[in-house]
Amino acid sequence: MAKTEIPPEAVAADGRTGPPPAPAQRARRPRRRTRATAGSARMAALLVSPTLLVLSIVVLYPTLMALNESLYGPKGLDPKTGFISSSEPFVGLKNYADIFGAAADRFWNAFWNTTFFAVVTVGLETVIGVAMALIMHRAFRGRALVRAGILVPWAVPTAISGLLWRWIFNSDGIANALIGRQILWTTEGFHAKVAVIVAEVWKTAPFIGLLVLAGLQVIPKEVYEAARIDGSGALRQFWHITLPLVKPALLVAMLFRCMDALRMFDLPYILIGAQKNSVETLSMLAQNEASNVRFGPASAYAVLLFLYVFLVALAFVRLLGADLVADGGRGAQNSRRRRMPLARRTEVTA
Amino acid sequence: MKTKTSKTTTRAVQCSAVLAVGGLLITACGSSGGSGSGQSATTSFEGRGPITYVAGKDTTGTVQPTIDRWNTLHPKEKVTFIQLPTDADAQRQQMIQNAETKSDAYTVLSLDVVWTSEFAAHQWIDKLPEQRFPLSRMLKPVVETAKYRGGLYAAPASSDGGMLYYRTDLLKKAGIGGPPTTWAQMKADCAKVKKLPEAKGMSCYAGQLQKYEGLTVNFSEAVNSAGGTVTDANGRPDVDTPAAKNGLDFLVGSVKDGTIPKEAITYQEEDGRQAFQSGKLVFLRNWPYAYALAAKSGIAGTYAVAPLPGLDAPGSSSLGGHNMAVSSYARNKATALDFITFMTSQDTTATFLKDASLAPPYASLYDDPRLIKQYPYLPVLKQSILHAVPRPRVVQYGDVTSAVQQEAYAALTGTKTSAQALKDLQQDLQKCTAQ
Repeated sequence: MAKTEIPPEAVAADGRTGPPPAPAQRARRPRRRTRATAGSARMAALLVSPTLLVLSIVVLYPTLMALNESLYGPKGLDPKTGFISSSEPFVGLKNYADIFGAAADRFWNAFWNTTFFAVVTVGLETVIGVAMALIMHRAFRGRALVRAGILVPWAVPTAISGLLWRWIFNSDGIANALIGRQILWTTEGFHAKVAVIVAEVWKTAPFIGLLVLAGLQVIPKEVYEAARIDGSGALRQFWHITLPLVKPALLVAMLFRCMDALRMFDLPYILIGAQKNSVETLSMLAQNEASNVRFGPASAYAVLLFLYVFLVALAFVRLLGADLVADGGRGAQNSRRRRMPLARRTEVTA
Repeated sequence: MKTKTSKTTTRAVQCSAVLAVGGLLITACGSSGGSGSGQSATTSFEGRGPITYVAGKDTTGTVQPTIDRWNTLHPKEKVTFIQLPTDADAQRQQMIQNAETKSDAYTVLSLDVVWTSEFAAHQWIDKLPEQRFPLSRMLKPVVETAKYRGGLYAAPASSDGGMLYYRTDLLKKAGIGGPPTTWAQMKADCAKVKKLPEAKGMSCYAGQLQKYEGLTVNFSEAVNSAGGTVTDANGRPDVDTPAAKNGLDFLVGSVKDGTIPKEAITYQEEDGRQAFQSGKLVFLRNWPYAYALAAKSGIAGTYAVAPLPGLDAPGSSSLGGHNMAVSSYARNKATALDFITFMTSQDTTATFLKDASLAPPYASLYDDPRLIKQYPYLPVLKQSILHAVPRPRVVQYGDVTSAVQQEAYAALTGTKTSAQALKDLQQDLQKCTAQ
């Protein structure tokens, strides 16, 4: 959680340090740099190396192991002795071929479910989360209470919220009592998807709310004051000041949620149940294979999911907000954007 | 600094997606390969010393006192109780992880009856010497669940069978002499009961039809009760038969004509029990555990149990329960064997029956008048277990039960005809038992 709050602040800090160095400084620099680089580069490498080491142990190694494991098939049963052989046969890309061949229906069903959940839940969470953040940002009596109240669902572990919602969506649960009809939420069908989406949005909209709130708090009051003096209404202020300025924080939040949603597992598993086609996600396929002691195919599913999440994250960063992982040069662009509302103000007055 | 943080965070999150999914696989992957165990046929149970006993969470509080009793008798061979989660899948998962890493942390495993074949085939558990256990005094179907390819791989510790719970007060008022023995009788009885003013809004029957292990149990029971089989004695699937179709048709037809209420398709054990206790059901298929709980509810004194009904004779139940096995990678196996003998002895299982209402494997305990006084359902349960057919005993049980649930559920919800569902099921089962 602490980590996630970094970007908005970092953006602000960067905005201040953004302006390019003066020409005089720039001319003098090269000579100094040659001497400084060797030493500071070595120093930098030294300082970064523990991080890289940890990353390669906890991220790179397991990923490579999973990739390697996905090339092995399940252990075979010897019909004579009745025992499973002790080693896994190397099958090359057969696990992948099976996923797109024999198990293609199930895979694509899970793929579309995963995608559907990601798009719909993140979409809803963004809208609701931003609304929550705006409410939490307001100064009014009992604000602390509202803030705490909004954050409660986020504090509930997913497995517990799954059980909670299963109770609500029971055949004679609260959900049915409220709508006055008996819908069997946990049976196959579109209603099962709806149940998952409701539970997921309830739980994670506060997360987006929290990050957006952090983003809102770094917007200087003067900007709004200026806008008010210029006579712009609340909607206009939101659209032209709040939203552009909170965008970096919002995009980080959405990216996190997107990746979270793409590997959704516990909620549909607990709320609706395993092997329900309507809510089966890619993670559930991998878990199903692993639980049947077929680690090769399970790794293959995990690798495919990894690639999918990776591509989505990449596309997200490229298409929606290149400044998410921007370097110094792009930071300047950022600061330019921050000034935009001010620029627009001059237009308005003119 | 900013660049670094957000870049690594992003990357870390991307990777953690796989990590989250593959966390389990990876821990297991590290150990693939290695030397195979050559002790398949005969294991010498040697070595004495401290061991561990691994089972699901003990909610009854009776396991630790029993282990304490053992520990005072054998101070040099102390047993430590390792409690796993209540959820059976999670227990299996942890035991498999322990086996895949060839760890000696677990010695004696308490296995669900349906896991025996899988654990034995993977050589995660040792073959046990049959003469060490009084198998002849145990109920035969229970002993069968502990065997794989004719060899004994575990010792029966407890059993469980399905029973038909019914409302004695309503049946009596409707002028029905005794509980039904066939499905047709049950439906006829229901029709009579439903005419009573007291039975307004009641439904007839429910079992466990949610898409989970309970559906496999209920489907197998329906098929077996109609004279069919899911898999034969050798584990070969034989489910695309007219008899099996009669069984599935009972479930499908009952859902269609309202004998089984629509919401019962979401019922697990607890949902059904609650519906029965709140007077929504005339008949209920459930395990013995519900008996004592119902006695504390509003229907206390107005219900009884009977063997499950069948197509044209009393039906047959599936089997629940646990067996105890020795992990192949454990140390101090001589102690382990002694401990299993102790835990599965008639005395110990009688204690478990008295204090935790666990159904014992020994036949004579079901006829003990004092125990019957405490648990009036014991004679019915004995009949249920004696006529029981174990769920498919196959190595790939996980795949088999998934396939059964998939097709039975499709038939129940009407997305497939029962004939088509059984045909597809036969194909699926052949595929997953073929390897």
